[in-house]
Order: sequence, then C-alpha cells, then structure tokens
Amino acid sequence: MTSHAAAVAHGHAHRDDVGTKLGMWLFLFTELILFGGMFIIYAVYRFSYPTEFRLAATELDTLVGTVNTIILLTSSLTVAMSITAIQEGKKWLSFVLVAITIALALAFLVNKYFEWGHKIAVGLYPRSPELLSRPAGEILYFGLYYVMTGLHALHVIIGAVILAVMMVFLAKGTINKHSYVRLEVGALYWHLVDIIWIFLFPLFYLLQ
Amino acid sequence: MEHREQQQHQDEVHVVSYGRYFLIWLGLVALTGMTVAFAGINLGNWIIITAMTIASIKTLLVVNVFMHLKYEDRIFRIFVLVAMAILLIFIVFTFFDYAFR
Amino acid sequence: MATSVVLAEAPEPDFYHAATKHKGILSWILTTDHKRIGILYLVTMLVFFFTAVVLGVLMRLEMLTPGKTIMEPQTYNTFFTLHGIMMIFLVIIPGLPAVFGNFMMPIMIGAKDVFFPRLNLFSWWLFVAGGLLALVSVFLPGGAADTGWTFYVPYSVRTTTNVLPALMAAFILGFSSILTGLNFVTTIHRMRAPGMSWFKMPLFVWSLYATAWVQILATPIIGITLLLVAIERLFGVGIFDPTMGGDPVLYQHLFWIYSHPAVYIIILPGLGVVSEILPVFARRTIFGYKFIAFSSLAIAFVGSLVWAHHMFTVGMSNTGMFVFSLLTFLVSIPSAIKVFNWIATLYKGSIELEVPMLFILAFIVQFCIGGFTGLILGTLAINIHVQDTYFVVGHFHYVMFGGTGYGLFAALHYWYPKMFGKMYRKTPAVVSWFLLTIGFNLLYFPFFLLGYFGMPRRYYDYLPEFQTYHQISTVGSWILFAGLVIMFVNLVVSLWHGKRATANPWGGETLEWKVPSPPPLENFHDIPVVTTGPYDYSKYERVVQEAK
Repeated sequence: MTSHAAAVAHGHAHRDDVGTKLGMWLFLFTELILFGGMFIIYAVYRFSYPTEFRLAATELDTLVGTVNTIILLTSSLTVAMSITAIQEGKKWLSFVLVAITIALALAFLVNKYFEWGHKIAVGLYPRSPELLSRPAGEILYFGLYYVMTGLHALHVIIGAVILAVMMVFLAKGTINKHSYVRLEVGALYWHLVDIIWIFLFPLFYLLQ
Repeated sequence: MEHREQQQHQDEVHVVSYGRYFLIWLGLVALTGMTVAFAGINLGNWIIITAMTIASIKTLLVVNVFMHLKYEDRIFRIFVLVAMAILLIFIVFTFFDYAFR
Repeated sequence: MATSVVLAEAPEPDFYHAATKHKGILSWILTTDHKRIGILYLVTMLVFFFTAVVLGVLMRLEMLTPGKTIMEPQTYNTFFTLHGIMMIFLVIIPGLPAVFGNFMMPIMIGAKDVFFPRLNLFSWWLFVAGGLLALVSVFLPGGAADTGWTFYVPYSVRTTTNVLPALMAAFILGFSSILTGLNFVTTIHRMRAPGMSWFKMPLFVWSLYATAWVQILATPIIGITLLLVAIERLFGVGIFDPTMGGDPVLYQHLFWIYSHPAVYIIILPGLGVVSEILPVFARRTIFGYKFIAFSSLAIAFVGSLVWAHHMFTVGMSNTGMFVFSLLTFLVSIPSAIKVFNWIATLYKGSIELEVPMLFILAFIVQFCIGGFTGLILGTLAINIHVQDTYFVVGHFHYVMFGGTGYGLFAALHYWYPKMFGKMYRKTPAVVSWFLLTIGFNLLYFPFFLLGYFGMPRRYYDYLPEFQTYHQISTVGSWILFAGLVIMFVNLVVSLWHGKRATANPWGGETLEWKVPSPPPLENFHDIPVVTTGPYDYSKYERVVQEAK
C-alpha cells in the first residue's frame, strides 16, 4: 500500500479529505446522469403523449407521494445534522441521527411497497391485460413509473446500507471528530437520493 | 503547492449549525407545499415549468447547504456546473430531433 | 526539470521485487500499486485482444467468398457481435488509460500512486469480471448474442440469444471505466508535485484528464440504456416497443449519447500518446502546447454534442439532422489543430526513426484518413448512400485501430523499457511495423470502396462484383496478423532476452524518465519539485543553431 493510501487509512496529516469529497462528487455525477437518461425518456414521451400522461398521473396517490417527499427531505435534514454532531464530537448524537435517517428511509420503502402493491392489485403492472388495454401513452407512463421509482428505491436501499455502515464506524470510533470524511461522503450519497425524488415527485404525482 | 493547500484545509473546518439546517428544511417543506398547491390549479402546460422550477430551487438548497457546496472550494461548483450542463445538453439536443418531427 | 537523483544501480528494489503485503499471485491480484495494476490490465487486455483478433481473422476468412465459406450465417452474426463488444469494451476503451494511464500518469505528475488505489484495483476486478461474463455468454445455452455490439431494439429484445449476459458484461465494464475516470480526475487535481502547474503537465496527462471526464459523464447513459434493454427482455415494460407507444429511435439516441463520446474516450489518449512521443523523437519542444491541451478538452466537449450523426437515416427531424451534421464538422477542428501542431513540431526537428516514432507517424496518416472519412460520413447527402455500408466500417477501423491501436503499439514500445527494465529487439519490431501497416491498409482501405459501391455492413453474403475487394482485404488481414504475432513475440521474448534498459533510453524530459527502469515501489525517493515544462529540448535547439 502506498504511503498516501496508508495515510488516508490511518488519518495522518497527509490525508486529503477535500480530494475524497471531490471523488465522491464525481461519483454522484454518474448517478445524476444515470437517472438523467430516464428523465430524457420521460421528457420525450411526455412531449409525445401529453394527454395520456396527465390522465395516467391521476391514478397515483398524491398524498402518499407528498408524505414520502417530506420523509426524504427530513432524512436529509437528519443526516446533515449528524455531521454537525460529529464535528462537535457528539458521537452518540451523530449515531442516533444517522439511525433516524435510516428509519425514515425504511418508512419511505414501506410506503413504496404499499403503493406498488396497490397498483399491482388493481392490475396496473407491466404486461398486465388491464395496462395493455390502455392507450400507448399510459402504458409508457406506468412503465416509466415502475422503472424510475424502482431504480430510485434501489438507491434508497443502497444509501441506507451505506449509512448503516457509517453507524458501525461511528460506534467503533473510526468516524470521529478528527476524521469524519466517510460520514460526509455517505451523506452526500444520501442527499442525491433525496434530490432525485425531489424531481420524480412532481413528474409522476403532480402533473395532472 | 498541493501539500500546503491540503494543510490549510485541514484547519478550516466549516460547521453548519443545526438551526441553519432546520431553516433549510422548513424552506424545503414550504416549497413542497407550494408545488402541491400549484398542481391543484389548472395551469395547463405551465405546470411543468412551474414544478420543475420549484424542484430546482429545492435542489439548490439541498446542494448548497445540506451538501455543503456553498462552503467548499470553487472547483466543486465548477464540476457541478459542468455535469449539469452536460445533462442539459443531452436533453435539449435530443429534442432537436423530437420537437421538429 | 526535477532534480531527483537517478542512480545506475538504485539501492531501492524495483516494484516487482519490493516487499509486498501478499506473496506470489496474490501480490498481483490484490495489489494497490498503480504500476502492477497497469500491467494486470495489459495482460488481461491482450488476452481479450487476441481473442477478438482471431474472431476478426475468421470473419475475414468467411468473407473470402460470397455465401458460406467456413461458417453459418448465425455464427457470423455472433462473431461480429463479440468482436465488437470485446474490441470496444475490453480493449480500446480501457486500453491506453487503464494500462499506460495507470502505470505512467502518477509518475508523470510526480505522485506516488493514484488518489484511490483500492478503487483502482476494484476497477480491474470489474474489468476481468465483465470480460469473463462476455466470454461465458458464448457458451451458455442460447448461444452468443447476435445483435451487433450496438444492441439495437427491437431485435435485442426479441432475439433468444444470450443478450442478457452481454448487457450485464457491458454494464460492469462501464462501471470499471467510470471508476477509472473518477480516480484520474481526482488524482490529477489533487496529487500533482509541487511546481507542476496545469500547463507543465505532459500532454498525455491532459488527454487522460479530458478522457476521464467523458468516462464519468457519458458512461452512465449506456448504463441506464443497457439496463433498460435488460428490463425490457425480463419484464416487457415497453419503453422502446412501438406496439406500446415506445420509440426504437429513442434507444438509438440514448445508445449513441454514450457511444459517440466513447469513441473520443478511445481516441483522446491515442492523440495524447502522439503528443507525448513526437517531441522526444523530433528532439523539439512540442509546437503549440496550450493549443494541444485545450484541443483535448474541446474534443471531449464538442464530441458530446454530435451523437445523432449515427442516426441520419432513421427518420429524425431535418432540424436535428442539420444541427448534428454541423457539429460533426466542428468537432474535426480541434483534431486538425493537433495534426497541424504535430507537423509543426516535426518541421526542422531532428527526427529519430525509433520504433515508437514509426507507429506515431503511421498513426498521423491513418488518423487523418479516418478523420476525413468521418467528415464524409457526416455530410448528410453522402450519408444516405454510405450509412450502414462498409464505408463506415473502414472509417472506424482507421481511427480506432489505425489511430488508437497504433497509439497502443507506440506506447508499448515507448514505455516498454520503463515498465520492464529491458529493451526490445529493434529489428523484429521494425519488421512487425512494416507488416502491420501494409496489412492494415490492405485490409481496411478496400472497405471504403466496398461501401462506396454499395456493400452493406454486417452482411454475410454479397454480390460477386464485390469479391475482389474482399479478397484483397482478407489477404491484408493475414499480413496484419503476421505483424501482430511478430510484434508480440518480440515484446515477450525481449522480457527475458532483451538488453537491460537505462532510466532514460530515449532522452525524454518527462518525470517517468527520471526514475529507474523499472521504477521503485513508490516511484520517487523524494517527490520532485518541478521547475520546467515537459518537453524542454532547448539545449538541443542551441546545438542546432551553433552548428549553422
């Protein structure tokens, strides 16, 4: 292992936290553009089937969507605060805040589970006879709905796992007042997950 | 040059207060409420631009404060602008095809 | 330049013999040393390269006669699919950055490693995983994918061949590429030695930097696009399915939004290698350093704006076609700037026709042919006639093989002494260059004629009037293959029987030539302080003037 890598691992003076964050931002760009590809598809099909998209959007429950939005926004708040906490050396406050963030993530996923469950129960899922009987624009709308919210949910899970690992680091002291770039980096990932939802929410639930 | 910069940044640690985070959160919730309210009004095609604008403002708050971009080196902001510009280009240029068919 | 002391017999062992945490094979596959990772990439990449070459040679054998020659049509389809997937995703995209970027770039900027060494190792594991998955897909029931490397819908959704593993392989390889790009951008921003400003960096590093940005920003699009095809195959969601309102052309947009910038990922490091090697063997400072540096960034940026020139015949709007054709012309300008600067560097230079230089000179000619034919293809009126013909195949082989491929060969011969501590034997290398270049041009130049006269690409069968061109081309492939074999046998044999190399056999002025051949584990005993630019041949220029 090179001295730089060793230094980073052991938190020596030559550790470069700014560089680590820079690397994480670059990774976030890739996630942004991954979802960006889906947004391109959404934009093209919305442009091509404006009426069907608005019609199909009425099938979604705005309340659930709004609640989920608030849940994620709050989770961004708690994870951001967890960084302030560790900067102040308050290890267990930080730990609890990350735990709350994960709990909120789970609440989001539970909501999603019921939302999807309801859609599937009424026969609105890919290749279902009910869906195929609808106009093309609506089929596309629901296709995009499942793929985009599904991909997003996958990232919620990944983010929650990352944060769980951060909790372990906090408990063990690997993340501490003098070395917390890992928590910052984990939080950055989480905020991106939030931002994607900030755009998904109006596009699917509100443009009716 | 790079080593000296690194030492400096190790010393300057920017702590954002819980209060500031909370205020941003309030703003985000308010903007969410606004988006939902606007959706109830019949704005025709303007609802898309309105909703996207509000979503962008929310994103700016999350990116600048929660994600600390406002407090990081200038290079971070340049990076973010480049990435967003590229995404924008991908979308706009695709529409050079679709919008004019 | 740097004043770190270079001893003929450095007391520090080279990185092959340095003490490592693991022993034996584990010291390689668990290494975080950028130099070992570069060599790991080289070895695994060459395995994929030769597999893909053999596929190509067999394809050319099949095309020797119309109708069946040695294989069934279905087999032929899988061959060109696999040849494309392997060459593009396993050889020419990772190629220069993964091998020489990894090995040389940190040394060139005066660093001890890349910024994220463990991520670097992970990139290589992903590379191997993706490659193995692609190979395995050939043998699974259903047979190898037959869609072409472009995976166009609707066929890629309907075919019963192993498209899914191929898609997964490409997805994994994309991830590998992204992580390498991310690593390189961070390294170049944060780990340059004291005194190495942006404009003192070697031009190869500039090209890697521009490439890395494209890797980061463009690759995710292919990720999502291939993922969607996989989802389509598994769940039938309908996003690209016309019967459900989907648009197959939208798939093409998304595919090419990555795959066009991908060809700039491919060529930019090759262009960087030319800029790197030319000054050394012309004994002159590169002409127009800043122009070349900025042209790399310009190519990366403008190259992201031209993707739909692959789609001129599918039914896009006229406005769209006009815009993309115009931008395609514009992207040639920064490339031309490089070529002019190279020629200006050669002018009144003291040319040494060492092997790397031979490859570079051939590169310039072949790249120009490839570039011009790209402009021809980008012309809307002509495109209607030559799209999806052999003309396209000729064009991209000239730039990707005659360009970047030659860049790889040049880099291999240029940095060989540094990487392996030995000199290759020159005569077989020169012979291989002759065979390669004659073979290459015999193989691919007829493609332009074939395409012009109407021979479609990816076709197994053809009209008798095309046969002579195909035969010339196939003979070219044999000569090319012979050249490749001689080249690599020479390089491998020289590992054992080559002369010991000094630290700086070529008289280069960049930092990698200031450390021993091969370098020690941490590259530098002390991080150098940089005071001059990378191609400071002013001492030679003074000599030339006095002699007059």
